[in-house]
Amino acid sequence: MSELLIKNGIVYDPLNDICGEKKDIFVRDGKIVEEVKKPEILDVNGLLVLPGGVEGHAHLSGSKVNAGRLMRPEDGRRGLRRKTAITMPESGYSVINVYGEGYRYARMGYTTMVEAAMPILTAIHTHEELRDIPILDKLSMTLFGFNWFVMDYIRKGEMDKLAAYVAWALKISKGYGIKIVNPSGGENWKWGKNVSSIDEPNISFGVSAREILSSLMEVNEILDLPHPIHVHCNRLGQPGNYDIAIDTMKISSGFETKREREPLHVTHIMFSSYGGEKWKDFESKTDEVTKEVNSNKNASIDLGQLMFGDTTTMTADGALEFALCKLTGSKWSNSDTEMETGGGITPQIYSPSMPINAIQWAIGLESALLVKNPYQVWLTTDHPNGAPFTTYPEVISLLMSKDRRKKEIERVNKVVQKRAILSSLDREYGWNEIATITRASQAKAYQLNDKGHIGVGADADIAVFNINPEEVDPSKDYEEVERAFSATKYTIKGGEIVVRDGEIVKVFPGKTLWTNAEFDGYYELIEDDLKDWFSKYYTVSLSNYGVSDVYLTNPEVIKTNPKIGGRIEVPAE
Amino acid sequence: MIIEDVICPFCGSLCDDLTVEVKDNEIAGIENACKLGYSKMMGYEHDRYERPLKRVGDEFKEISYEESIEEAAKILYNAKSPLLYGWASTSCEAIERGIELAVKIGGVIDQTATVCHGPTVLGTQEVGKPSCTLGEVKNRADLVIYWGCNPFHAHPRHAERYSTFTKGYFTKKGRTDRKIVLVDIRKTDTEGICDRFIQIEPGSDYKILTSLIAIVMGKEESIPEEIGGVKKEELLGLAEEMKHANFGMVFFGMGVTMTGPKYKNIAALERLVRELNRHTKFSLMPMRGHYNVAGAGAVFTWRTGFPYAVDFRRGYPYYNPGETTSNDLLTREEVDAMLVVASDPGAHFVNSSVRRMAKIPLIVMDPHPSATSELADLIIPTAISGVEMDGTAYRMDDVPIRFKKLIDSKFKSDFEIIGDIIEKIEKRGVKD
Repeated sequence: MSELLIKNGIVYDPLNDICGEKKDIFVRDGKIVEEVKKPEILDVNGLLVLPGGVEGHAHLSGSKVNAGRLMRPEDGRRGLRRKTAITMPESGYSVINVYGEGYRYARMGYTTMVEAAMPILTAIHTHEELRDIPILDKLSMTLFGFNWFVMDYIRKGEMDKLAAYVAWALKISKGYGIKIVNPSGGENWKWGKNVSSIDEPNISFGVSAREILSSLMEVNEILDLPHPIHVHCNRLGQPGNYDIAIDTMKISSGFETKREREPLHVTHIMFSSYGGEKWKDFESKTDEVTKEVNSNKNASIDLGQLMFGDTTTMTADGALEFALCKLTGSKWSNSDTEMETGGGITPQIYSPSMPINAIQWAIGLESALLVKNPYQVWLTTDHPNGAPFTTYPEVISLLMSKDRRKKEIERVNKVVQKRAILSSLDREYGWNEIATITRASQAKAYQLNDKGHIGVGADADIAVFNINPEEVDPSKDYEEVERAFSATKYTIKGGEIVVRDGEIVKVFPGKTLWTNAEFDGYYELIEDDLKDWFSKYYTVSLSNYGVSDVYLTNPEVIKTNPKIGGRIEVPAE
Repeated sequence: MIIEDVICPFCGSLCDDLTVEVKDNEIAGIENACKLGYSKMMGYEHDRYERPLKRVGDEFKEISYEESIEEAAKILYNAKSPLLYGWASTSCEAIERGIELAVKIGGVIDQTATVCHGPTVLGTQEVGKPSCTLGEVKNRADLVIYWGCNPFHAHPRHAERYSTFTKGYFTKKGRTDRKIVLVDIRKTDTEGICDRFIQIEPGSDYKILTSLIAIVMGKEESIPEEIGGVKKEELLGLAEEMKHANFGMVFFGMGVTMTGPKYKNIAALERLVRELNRHTKFSLMPMRGHYNVAGAGAVFTWRTGFPYAVDFRRGYPYYNPGETTSNDLLTREEVDAMLVVASDPGAHFVNSSVRRMAKIPLIVMDPHPSATSELADLIIPTAISGVEMDGTAYRMDDVPIRFKKLIDSKFKSDFEIIGDIIEKIEKRGVKD
């Protein structure tokens, strides 16, 4: 029995309405408890204590991420760190090796991560990498946005089969929820084309993004999946795409869900809040987009904040990456995945003197500052698309300090004062709001009841930061804020101290969470279709497809209550 | 017992539709395999090392597994610049442990791409790799170009399963829905399945590829009347076909990666495909040889950040092909001990490297005798992955597939042996 007492910290725990209270936290056997007997005592007098961070959207493992690493040895050579007696060596700045990913999140006080895009065909790869990422608990989102079975069932109006297929695909890929990237349009990219609106039917299946989004949102509810449909909008990264983000969110308006979370999440909103018709008249449309978020309680967003510097962009939206590489002339890899999805990768250098980049930078911050309810926002950089996740401390300091933003605005291209509204926004985030958008919002959105808070019964995932929130004024001491969030005093994961004074002191594998939404007879519904298409169109056998438990570290199955058929009793794992 | 959907552990096509009959823990029959896969899987018992062997003077002396592992650990631990090489014909799980071992002993780890598709990696690091999975080719490709490769012999079922004869969603008529072109320096048997053969002069791939780029970019006036033994007219025709394909595909082999300016060939090919994507959809794919060489590259990359030639002598990964690649290290006589796993550098490396291999302590993990094992100081016999051991392999298009264990073996797997060596090394204390 291992016990910990974290004494006298200043605790911000938004999900339990604890806002800056000096408070002791008790830990036993990996959980938060009411009292302890003979604990190890960490006296953190006056230091900031938060629940362990929850990364809601990042590209950290799998074929696309690895193709990024392979293509960019020049990035791999940044961030080299020697092995220690307990750690493996680290490499990379934007495309980081698996060890670096785990250690760097842990050093920043994060203890849970979501891999944002997993193809089913290569899901083994995603899980092999997840298995290698140390410390963190892991979830991954399975890609469905232009999957052939999905589009075929939608075009035939077979919702039961669609639900059965999604349940099967989540089980076989060990995925957590439904990810949708460039719905419908991704299939057109396989002919070198795209769609230009959410109502345009695609070439080969004749279904539109709207049909895919609304059908999958309904299936999400039928299957009682814990997470909203998680959407990367059409025409992402192109000028004048903001109305698509708004139209996409509107699909959820009025939708009824039994889960305590929004039914639809629009991801990396920065890349979808663009005005103008061409890059020449490119401008921020954050005001319009956030107006929709503020009036639509059924949609949440994450930022996809852009930070200046050299990074690697990667997405299942292959058309976007090709468009980007034509702009920059930079190297470009593409990876279309049969029947299911695609992918593209190209490096980007975001420069503060570039008008477009300066406006993009402003849009992300504006989104956070204009959405009123912090539970509808998660802090992300869409790692590594907007910037590596290691820039979070800087983003946090920008959100907490108008002074810092003002200073930055003076440094970046002047166009930002005309074609963005950042300079007019006075809001400054407080500690509680920061705790919300880095922890509580994600835990709620993924319905991770034991994460993102430190109430009794929660996982003992805790971050202690070397900063006294009662003494430091984040508005003025923004550098202090950035420094504090860069490396914790302690990171505690599952009740074990993994980081002490910014250094990794203990390494072990985390858990893998996935969703089982099987229902009575679900496989029989689709069995013939699967056998038919696997024999005709796939290049792997049905029996060799999917991820077995050997690839998962400490698997934990989330069972749902589908509203279709009866619930199958799944034996406990 | 009949086992269905068996994965063939031979080439990068990683066919997963074999049917194997097992009787009394022996393979009694195989269906669907090509000659190469069939002979590997049927001949697994042929000419095998039965016990670990240690060289004593001019003789090999039989020792136990325990002794061989202790000996291997001693050699690797005491070396200043150990090289761990091979990995293309074993499981990803074994490769993962190989990297762990390299880190712990502060050595260099390299894989067979160093002498085959290493230049493809370098080209990709310069230009990028527009590619897809093999099912995209099966379902969509109406133009397939084999360039400097000979799948008829090297990947015998590739054409049938993925690239030429196969029928797909948009290619319902299979072969007749596709145009197939071969570009090579000589007529190979692959020519027999192609619509057209373009014979080029040896070493002229780069000239021809850059000419095609110029043509696709609309600068045909800069091309001479004949280049690399090919008439301009023929290149113009090929470029037109490429631009007007609905979905074009280039498969390329070592005829491109290992001739002339090597990686510049690949960079040019990748540039051509990139340029073609302004007109239509086009992809390319290296024809990977060993069944898990793609997996070796994948595991190396996610664990270290780099795909081959990774040097841990500084405690962090240092990657510099030309410096940290096996042949360069061996030729410079930097390597003072070498572990070879599932590969035969003795038959494929340059002479100066092989001479060095003969001088230093050389450990070979292999089921069968090879040119390398002839030079070895220590031979540790292994179970054959895909026959006697399960695990993960990556197909040439980076699709991971879990291969099966078909029969029990008295031999230890690579995975187990390397794990045992790591355990011994840890007892000695991790080197700083």
